[in-house]
Amino acid sequence: MAFIENMGIFSITPGLVVMWFIGLALIYLAITRQYEPLLLLPIGFGILLANLPLTQLMDPGEGLLWRFYHHGIEWRIIPPLIFLGLGALTDFGPLLSQPRLIFLGAGAQVGVYLTFFLATGMGFTLEDAAAISIIGGADGPTTIFLASQLAPHLLGACAVAAYSYMALVPIIQPPVMRLLTTENERKIRMVKGRKVSSREKLLFPITAALVIILMVPASAPLVSMFMLGNLFRESGVVERLTDAAQNSLMNIATIFLGISVGATMSAETFLRADVIMIFFLGLFAFIISTASGILLAKLFNLFTTNKINPLVGAAGVSAVPMAARVVQKIGAQADKKNYLLMFAMGPNIAGVIGTVIAAGIFLTMLQ
Amino acid sequence: MTEDVLAPLSGTIWKITVAVDDAVEEDDEVLILEALKMETPIYAPCDGKVKEIHVKEGDAVEEDQVLITIVRGRI
Repeated sequence: MAFIENMGIFSITPGLVVMWFIGLALIYLAITRQYEPLLLLPIGFGILLANLPLTQLMDPGEGLLWRFYHHGIEWRIIPPLIFLGLGALTDFGPLLSQPRLIFLGAGAQVGVYLTFFLATGMGFTLEDAAAISIIGGADGPTTIFLASQLAPHLLGACAVAAYSYMALVPIIQPPVMRLLTTENERKIRMVKGRKVSSREKLLFPITAALVIILMVPASAPLVSMFMLGNLFRESGVVERLTDAAQNSLMNIATIFLGISVGATMSAETFLRADVIMIFFLGLFAFIISTASGILLAKLFNLFTTNKINPLVGAAGVSAVPMAARVVQKIGAQADKKNYLLMFAMGPNIAGVIGTVIAAGIFLTMLQ
Repeated sequence: MTEDVLAPLSGTIWKITVAVDDAVEEDDEVLILEALKMETPIYAPCDGKVKEIHVKEGDAVEEDQVLITIVRGRI
């Protein structure tokens, strides 16, 4: 009898079943639509596992998934490891060749701050509002990092919102981009930036780490790893480490990130009215960030003869490189010989740094 | 007179869609470049005939590298 009583089947509740469908839906989207499959697939399976009754997988101190989550995410290990890999994958060349485009990456953080105030006004606590608004930065590991420190109960929802919207960048951004630009603006061909020497690329990660960490110390875990990964890459002498950081280590970190995030999404934390608001506010942040990047580029154009194609501003949303690809695509629809991809990479990468700094500022103010 | 097709951005040659001696018109697709996992088509700068193809599929190319040389003129 004890065996039968301990079977999970008798402890199934409607909430658990709803969560199974959410987990299965993410798995389905990851496989058939290839929406961020590297993350949504393990997240979806994690949700499924966390909502099977009597498994104790998420029991504090004991469960397997709890340990992954606690040691990996709560202890702030996995998101910085992902940043190490991102640093090793990032070429700062496009950013250094047109330094003025950095401001577009900063401009696109407006959505984050505006959403923060809106969420606070709607009654979210400051900590919750910060975790929600960072979704607008469109950077998964940063969202997870910040939410795990400030609002762990919202972590799953914020992460899923961030990754879903990143997958939907090609759908969310183009209408905003077309609405805010004229056909002629979309046709602007940009002047090529200067050549960047390999010495500059080598000095950049060291200088950037020093400057950013001295200004916003709370951003250090992410910025330090990001710049270390990039230093590996640009040094040219540790190919094995670069390779490990961008491939095997990043893949391993991604597995544990995905399953742990999914595992935090229990029925009682996820099936709440708040969560719908999180998705709404996240989308709002995303749209405002896209718009503010474009509008800032247009503002620049009022004062300069060397015109910026305002579409490039939309890439300040840091979903790398999806946002830059969207810029290329929309630009090419107006003029098929206009190649904006590399110009868009500048604000795109600056956007990643901008989002990390925004997260650091929230941590400093609220923790 | 010849005109060069330059790589507008660095990337990998994904596909070459013309052959030597092919006639091309301005804005015809001559090659597809892959950068950041995105296929970017490159178009002929003028009417003419393909004189020389300097790259092959799978090559990594730098920005402004000469990819194809075209002899100008209506064919």
